[in-house]
Amino acid sequence: MKLSHIDKLESESIHIIREVASEFDNPVMLYSIGKDSSVMLHLAQKAFYPSKIPFKLMHIDTTWKFKEMINFRDETAKKYNLDLLVHINQEGVRNNINPISSGSKIHTDVMKTQSLIQALDKYKFDAAFGGARRDEEKSRAKERIFSFRDKKHRWDPKNQKPELWNLFNTNIDKDESVRVFPLSNWTEIDIWQYIYQENIPLVPLYFSKIRSVIRRNDMIIMVDDDRLKIKENEKIEQKKVRFRTLGCYPLTAAVESDATTVEEIIVELLESKYSERQGRLIDNDQIGSMEKKKQEGYF
Amino acid sequence: MDIETFFQNQNNKKQLKILTCGSVDDGKSTLIGRLLFDSKNIYSDQLNQTKIESEKYGTQGKQIDLALLIDGLQAEREQGITIDVAYRYFETEKCKFIIADTPGHEEYTRNMVTGASNSDVGIILVDATKGILDQTKRHTFILSLLGIENIIVAVNKMDLINYDEKKFEDIIASFKNFAGEFNFNLQKFIPISALVGDNVFQKNKNISWYNGKSLIDELEEISLKGPLEEEIFSLPVQFVNRLSSEFRGFSGTITSGKIKVNDEVHVFSSKEKIKIIKILTPKGESDFAVKGQAVTLTLDKEVDISRGDLLCSIKNHNYFLSDQFASHIIWMNKEQMIPERNYIFKFINFQTIGKITDLVHKININSFEKIASKFLNLNEIGYTKVALNKNTIFNPYKNNKRLGSFVIIDQFNNQTVGAGVIEHELRRASNISWHQMSINKNLRSSINGQKPCVLWFTGLSGSGKSTIANIIEQKLHKLEKHTYLLDGDNVRHGLNKDLGFTDVDRVENIRRISEVSRLMVDAGLITIVSFISPFKSERKMARELVESDEFIEIYVDTSIEECEKRDPKGLYKKARSGKLKNFTGIDSNYEIPSSPEIILETKIKSAEELADEVILYLKQYNKI
Repeated sequence: MKLSHIDKLESESIHIIREVASEFDNPVMLYSIGKDSSVMLHLAQKAFYPSKIPFKLMHIDTTWKFKEMINFRDETAKKYNLDLLVHINQEGVRNNINPISSGSKIHTDVMKTQSLIQALDKYKFDAAFGGARRDEEKSRAKERIFSFRDKKHRWDPKNQKPELWNLFNTNIDKDESVRVFPLSNWTEIDIWQYIYQENIPLVPLYFSKIRSVIRRNDMIIMVDDDRLKIKENEKIEQKKVRFRTLGCYPLTAAVESDATTVEEIIVELLESKYSERQGRLIDNDQIGSMEKKKQEGYF
Repeated sequence: MDIETFFQNQNNKKQLKILTCGSVDDGKSTLIGRLLFDSKNIYSDQLNQTKIESEKYGTQGKQIDLALLIDGLQAEREQGITIDVAYRYFETEKCKFIIADTPGHEEYTRNMVTGASNSDVGIILVDATKGILDQTKRHTFILSLLGIENIIVAVNKMDLINYDEKKFEDIIASFKNFAGEFNFNLQKFIPISALVGDNVFQKNKNISWYNGKSLIDELEEISLKGPLEEEIFSLPVQFVNRLSSEFRGFSGTITSGKIKVNDEVHVFSSKEKIKIIKILTPKGESDFAVKGQAVTLTLDKEVDISRGDLLCSIKNHNYFLSDQFASHIIWMNKEQMIPERNYIFKFINFQTIGKITDLVHKININSFEKIASKFLNLNEIGYTKVALNKNTIFNPYKNNKRLGSFVIIDQFNNQTVGAGVIEHELRRASNISWHQMSINKNLRSSINGQKPCVLWFTGLSGSGKSTIANIIEQKLHKLEKHTYLLDGDNVRHGLNKDLGFTDVDRVENIRRISEVSRLMVDAGLITIVSFISPFKSERKMARELVESDEFIEIYVDTSIEECEKRDPKGLYKKARSGKLKNFTGIDSNYEIPSSPEIILETKIKSAEELADEVILYLKQYNKI
């Protein structure tokens, strides 16, 4: 019997997840509700089957996630009896930080990066799983699977520990931590194929439907609630759209699509000429911006 | 497109991990950019971004610089070189590729080793205008050391030598000339131009004299065979699943062979025979599982198995249980490797303290010469003997990469400082057994009502260690306690007179004294050690040789300025004038203890008062 490419990726990820459970005192899985998180959660369930996942999940809620995402999150936690923490940066809320008037840079910094750091400090997690993949973005391509963070949660790309074979250095001092990326070697198409084969449930926003949207800066933005102020020259349209990637709602653009099933999404993807992160506004703030965010503690 | 056919094709694709080696100028990033571009694995927005960046940082004039797709980190982009390991992904009709892109310079040997450790195939790029260089030899050697069986020598920039066949043949001949000894399973030579695209995906009429396949065709046809040993089942236990009371299973990734329900296997450490009842694979419960699968097994009986153990076939395996082995080590840290220093050794499913006892030789990685050396510097490769603090299960790397590899970790800063491949077992330790004597430490020391311990004094030269130690011994003698004082200067006249003052010799000096003080503690003595002992690592080693409550570290805290002012032996003066080399505090480092049991501040109190503090400590802790 020969293992297929997907079989190999699946076992590699399970190995990584088990290694963390064995070597760390207080790991957490960061659950972003997106498709990669859903795959990661599915793999964690397999890693410890028939037992329960032996660590907590945590969602960093920026308060600007789509309503459907929050519903899906709570249903998933209930369905699988997950130990899920939700953390919101209350100081950011008090200061009314939001993606519209504060701008994407400040919103992402305060409500995602700072919020994550707050939560990691609060619960004293020593390892945090993330669903990032190396094929997503250039600076991710060089990140280790076990990526060291200092006491202030900073990443030092110039000083990464060599990572050989499948031997992972899990030695850290007090208050230091690692971010662990079990999906490092998966590509976008691998993720979709796996979702299809394993029948993994996803947030409905990934599938096309008539939704209320506006056009802004050449992007299609969904009107999820009345916090998105419609400008005079903009008008709400009904369009058949879906999301290739999910983030905070005014920062994540929809794409026009007819794909309503995983199969149709894959077909669309194969024909598509645009990479998935293109739907996210935050990456293009400046050249090399993802690398800068990651050094500061962003996932 | 029919989605089911698509998935079937996807599942039939094999996975191939490739490593590209070659220096900055050989066009490595351009080749990878070309592979991604020609296999249509680049999206248009990525291409547009690269176009923008090409204008800013590019080296190809108005043309798009494919190398910029690859050089991920911003700092590297600005310097125009690749300095880390980056992983890229592309696929063709037949294959899914994972490329490890590593830099070529000698100072990045460690990055190349990192990339090679997870690769099936090595592509060695040779610049046709330059021919075989030292780095070509170095890369070939490393691929061979890391057990890569398939290599492709891609002679690049053929367009710059007018596709000259003769020059290509000359390069092949000189490659075969030096690489003959390496015994690669498969070795191919292809003339290419990554910039233009010749022979990367498409064969090109420019090189009509070349009858072989294009690079991509050659890669797609490689079939991966493991060594024979891989047929024998082995599973290092990674995680014991007893998270719920009704279930007890053993999880891990199968590193060789296969397993079926009802198979009988060994628990390697205890040699206990067990039967496999259930196999849980990622695809659910199954009758069997194979190499590479992460599984959970349940067994027919309750046995004591934990992380670090190995389940394996009963017959025909050649794993060994030992605390010593010979291995090749690649050093990956700026701080040099020093024999006899303790490090953490991490293997596939456990880690332990150990040390490199001998550096047999280091290897000049450009000429393959064996050179005598006392230590390894960053990026150097040596043949070594390793001794661990406990017995562990191994297999030579050539038989099983997963069970024959390890990384070395600094126990203070947790950096990964080295990596190794096991060549063979050393039987030395298992042939010498430990005799159990009838009279033990407790009996010896009970005669005169003392508990043996080590009073380990550390501090700069001239800090007052020996003065205080001497007073303490007198006071203990008055109390009729049995003591012995080991003094740094005195021991160097006898036991350690062969040692100098380099870091390597200082480590050996302390190792011997640590062993001597262990014997003296075993003899029941209060042992007073007065050595500069400048390194944390060796003080920790001395501490670990005795019971945890038997080691009392005493830091004599005197500032370098004060020591230099006192200078009782005139040594600081000599060191300052350059007549004395490797002097602690001047041109050799002193690492201040982070949590000693006792700190003696000589500036505030007299030697007599400080000695009394130590005596008081011994009384408080019931040592005397």
